[in-house]
Amino acid sequence: MSDTQPPPSRATPSLQRKFEGRALRSMVLSGLVWFLAILTSVPLLSVLYMLITQGGARLNMEVFTELPPAGFEMDGGFGNALVGTFFMVGIAALIAIPVGIMAAIFLAELGPSSKLATAARFAAKTLTGVPSILAGVFAYALVVITTGTYSAPAGGVALAVLMLPIVVLTAEEAMRMVPKVMKDAAYGMGCTHTQVIWQIVLPTGMPAILTGVMLAIARAAGETAPLLFTALFSNYWLLQEGHLAVMSPTASMAVLIYNFSGMPFDNQLELAWAASLVLVMIVLIVNIVSRIFGKPKF
Amino acid sequence: MSSTMQQQATPDIQSATLVMDCKLDKIFYGNFLAVRDSHVPIEKNKITGFIGPSGCGKSTVLRSLNRMNDLVEGFRFDGYVQFLGQDVYGKGVDPVVVRRYIGMVFQQPNPFSMSIFDNVAFGLRLNRYKGDIGDRVKQALQGAALWDEVKDKLKVSGLALSGGQQQRLCIARAIATQPQVLLMDEPCSALDPIATRRVEELMVELKKDYTIALVTHNMQQATRVADTTAFFSVDISEGSRTGYLVEFGPTYQIFENPREKLTKDYISGQFS
Repeated sequence: MSDTQPPPSRATPSLQRKFEGRALRSMVLSGLVWFLAILTSVPLLSVLYMLITQGGARLNMEVFTELPPAGFEMDGGFGNALVGTFFMVGIAALIAIPVGIMAAIFLAELGPSSKLATAARFAAKTLTGVPSILAGVFAYALVVITTGTYSAPAGGVALAVLMLPIVVLTAEEAMRMVPKVMKDAAYGMGCTHTQVIWQIVLPTGMPAILTGVMLAIARAAGETAPLLFTALFSNYWLLQEGHLAVMSPTASMAVLIYNFSGMPFDNQLELAWAASLVLVMIVLIVNIVSRIFGKPKF
Repeated sequence: MSSTMQQQATPDIQSATLVMDCKLDKIFYGNFLAVRDSHVPIEKNKITGFIGPSGCGKSTVLRSLNRMNDLVEGFRFDGYVQFLGQDVYGKGVDPVVVRRYIGMVFQQPNPFSMSIFDNVAFGLRLNRYKGDIGDRVKQALQGAALWDEVKDKLKVSGLALSGGQQQRLCIARAIATQPQVLLMDEPCSALDPIATRRVEELMVELKKDYTIALVTHNMQQATRVADTTAFFSVDISEGSRTGYLVEFGPTYQIFENPREKLTKDYISGQFS
């Protein structure tokens, strides 16, 4: 370069991409994360593929209306297990949703930095990581032993223990997301603390709270271990001779799949596949519904 | 107009025209003395502007007038805030009730996550208003110069409006319950100049029916809309910052003929 030439910075820069150094590194990393993202969806997609090919063939109206078949019987279904799952998830939801949302109100609004809140938050976080079979042990001790029988309420309590931390933590997060300026506006209008919570914080956070509730329901619907020694299983309908057999062993989809998948009979194996497909569809529908409700109305 | 110019420098405020008389001896947050020795009278159907450098406590003072500061942990208050003859900090006074008579408009437009109609109706429903809520909502939106823009979409979310419209919605929400006093905490600082001008025009319109206390960091805004102006400054000593009232008077006097050197320095832009 001679002195008469303009300084290099004035030369027309090349805007072409150069395949070297950071550009190359960036491409490799992008490729890697693409690959890993695809990899994470492989398990779900392959499970769905298996379920549809294996369980789809057996899916008909009968499986929803018939009782589970015994050893060498043909046909049959899992109608009682479907009813049992809905019933027990319903009990669990009735316990976990009100308790969880109330607890979340305390954590987010009433005493967010109190010792009780710190302890409760820690407990909820720990509970999400506790093996689900322990929820079964807890409900066994609390309900099965005291009532002397396996039952749907015992299963419901076990599932509620699993739902509770999900509801508490997502609902607290949802309420914390409500902007402080919005709450200030409500106080400025002359709202009491209670009115701010019920009229502003809860409605504003409701979509996100519902998402958490739906996730908790989906989780509970698929649980097997906590039901094994709380609700056990039953080959009969929940509704027997005109009355609800509440305080007796109750069937559930998850336990039916667990029982049938270990059997040496083709008919039961096919039903286990079909039941799995139905259970996954339920979870999928609940998740889709939560997305619809989860969209903020305003 | 010219007769008001000949008024004496110190306003002789008739007690009958006084809506609020605020004597703020000390405002603490924990051990931090935020404001001291400030006495601000607020006259009926006038706009009282609070100006001063940032950190001078003008917002703190404003938020003390309807006890919004009660929500801040560690807030302590010495002095009195007389509102129509009653001390807002008096024994047995419910801050929630105070805020229903002394409304507030905030710096950030903060509509609720509900429809435009429900936003304005919120205070009416809160006070269990017995009359026609629709009428009052319309009135309030007209009062806030927003009616023509939103009358066909009252069911649309308040959050879907532009920033300036949101702020006028918040003003409509505040005036729907017809409070005696409207506290406005830098209501234009998040708005563009055109929206700012609209809100300023609105404030001048509103003072026919309301009494307004306005915090602003914009001195031009104070000269445009405020009838009387309180100038605050801040003491910085021993690592602490304490705001205090330097001068109070008619706006033209504060800006044209300030008595205090500090005021003169500030309005001539020698410090901020």
